[in-house]
Amino acid sequence: MSVRSFLKEHFVSAEANAAIDRIPKPVGAFGYDPWGYNSDAAKLALQALKPFYEKYFRVEAFGLENVPKEGRVLVIANHSGQLPIDGMLIGYAMATNPHGPRSLRVMIERFFPTVPFIGNILNELGGVVGDPENCAKMLRADEAIIVFPEGVRGAGKTWDKRYKLQRFGLGFMHLAITENTPILPVGVVGCEETMPTPFHLKTLARMFGMPYFPVTTPVPLPAKVRLYFGEPMRFEGPITSEDDVALKVEQVKNVINGLIARGLQEREGWFK
Amino acid sequence: MMHKHKPEILVTGAGGALAQQVIQELKRDYHIVQVDFRRRVPRDEGMSSYRVEYNKRGFEDIFRKHKIEGVIHLGRMGLYESTHRNRYNHNVLGTQRLLDLAHKYGVSKVVVLSTFFVYGASPYNPALLTEEAPLKASELTMDLVDSVELENLANIYLWKYPELNITILRPSNIAGPGVLNSMSLLLSSKYAPVLMGFSPMMQFIHVDDMGHAIALAFRRNKPGVYNVTTDDWISYQEAAQLCGCKRLPIPSVPEWLPKKISERFDWKGWPPYLLNYYKYPVIIDGSLFNKTFHFKPKRTLDDIFSYYREKKEMGIL
Repeated sequence: MSVRSFLKEHFVSAEANAAIDRIPKPVGAFGYDPWGYNSDAAKLALQALKPFYEKYFRVEAFGLENVPKEGRVLVIANHSGQLPIDGMLIGYAMATNPHGPRSLRVMIERFFPTVPFIGNILNELGGVVGDPENCAKMLRADEAIIVFPEGVRGAGKTWDKRYKLQRFGLGFMHLAITENTPILPVGVVGCEETMPTPFHLKTLARMFGMPYFPVTTPVPLPAKVRLYFGEPMRFEGPITSEDDVALKVEQVKNVINGLIARGLQEREGWFK
Repeated sequence: MMHKHKPEILVTGAGGALAQQVIQELKRDYHIVQVDFRRRVPRDEGMSSYRVEYNKRGFEDIFRKHKIEGVIHLGRMGLYESTHRNRYNHNVLGTQRLLDLAHKYGVSKVVVLSTFFVYGASPYNPALLTEEAPLKASELTMDLVDSVELENLANIYLWKYPELNITILRPSNIAGPGVLNSMSLLLSSKYAPVLMGFSPMMQFIHVDDMGHAIALAFRRNKPGVYNVTTDDWISYQEAAQLCGCKRLPIPSVPEWLPKKISERFDWKGWPPYLLNYYKYPVIIDGSLFNKTFHFKPKRTLDDIFSYYREKKEMGIL
């Protein structure tokens, strides 16, 4: 018996099993899709994330009814918190969405597939190398893909820049237009406080070849996380210029800013 | 004799399991001229058989003797056979001679068997590679140069001599009864080396289905380049286990270590120049072939794996 089969049998609840089985996701006879996603691995991940989602970060998700039940969609969210906790929590929320569960694909950094174990695990959980061709093919296969257009600029923000959206890359808008895909804006509130970072150590980051080396808490703090799913946005082509694309990206950024502002107004503190 | 009225076609590599599958499918409608460089293949009634090297002068005699109308080129010196220089001479220069003769003697249909290896295994490969994807295998190792060069050569002839109607097929891992490629050798063995921390997605096609795909491509004659595979995927380590192999973990870092281990033990099924294919995925998109030729594989992955597993349980493999 493989480790995965053993864990699935002894660790995964009937509820987590049923949640993943409800997702309308085509996989082959052994539970894999061409990008390496595996439904058994997804069940294990869902089970492992449950206490973090429900108890540790006490996540509240609003607007889940806005998530399209089927078909291609690009989920665009603000990025924060040094670690990709926001992506995992959005993925959990979408996988357990009572209005129609979806499995969420994540674009991962290009060096991950070269790292033993990590690359494989990320693939099995739905991670795919951040390549525009991969992204386009997955959209054509009606997948839901999350993109953080701020990239490391967002994830590695220092405390003084919290909740200030950094520059958005334009690639997701090109994909949305060329692949005729709706954009689902998501505002994440609370992840900034999971790992507050006053400053980075640039020399150490250079030494280890990391994009940043944060001086922060040793483990993520149990800040309460709120996820706000906005209404899907549609953009039509043809693309006339990059300036035109940038203007459309600004529209998405404004909606996400609005969702974040709502979250900050509604919360009563870091942990409430 | 009935066979004299049938069109004559030449099948290279006729001794292999795949070629025999193709021959079984086509022998009713064609007079098969079997060619193999390793041995003279036993022939059924109404067939001809020759043992000959494509590079030798005598090869042309077959074209002189028979009115060859079509060629199915499956004969290849395998990756684990001989040196890469010999493989280059046989696979690339031999194919060039075959195509030159085909052109000279007015052959009107050619099917060339290539391999998915030509795409190269890279951590940055997108999944579902289409036929337009760059062929990067030769970046990895000199040992795969002949595979890429053979493809390039067939492509040049495809455009230069459209009257040859060349169809190039790039299958995923062919496996099943009688197949002797490196993957099949690996799945037949008791132990399957696995790189620790890596288990790339893989695709397999049953030898029966591949034989049918080649026969279809030959009969329907729609020249071009096509990937051929099934619409199912599995990780390498899981596939090995399902074939009844015990996994043999090999350290994956530093990068030179698994290569040295493979060289030291001279593993035919897991040679050093193919290690990247056991580390990173090469997932191809076979939809163009399926659509063009109305092809639907009949055998599942489980059919393939159960063949190896059951033969091992019976002590045959």
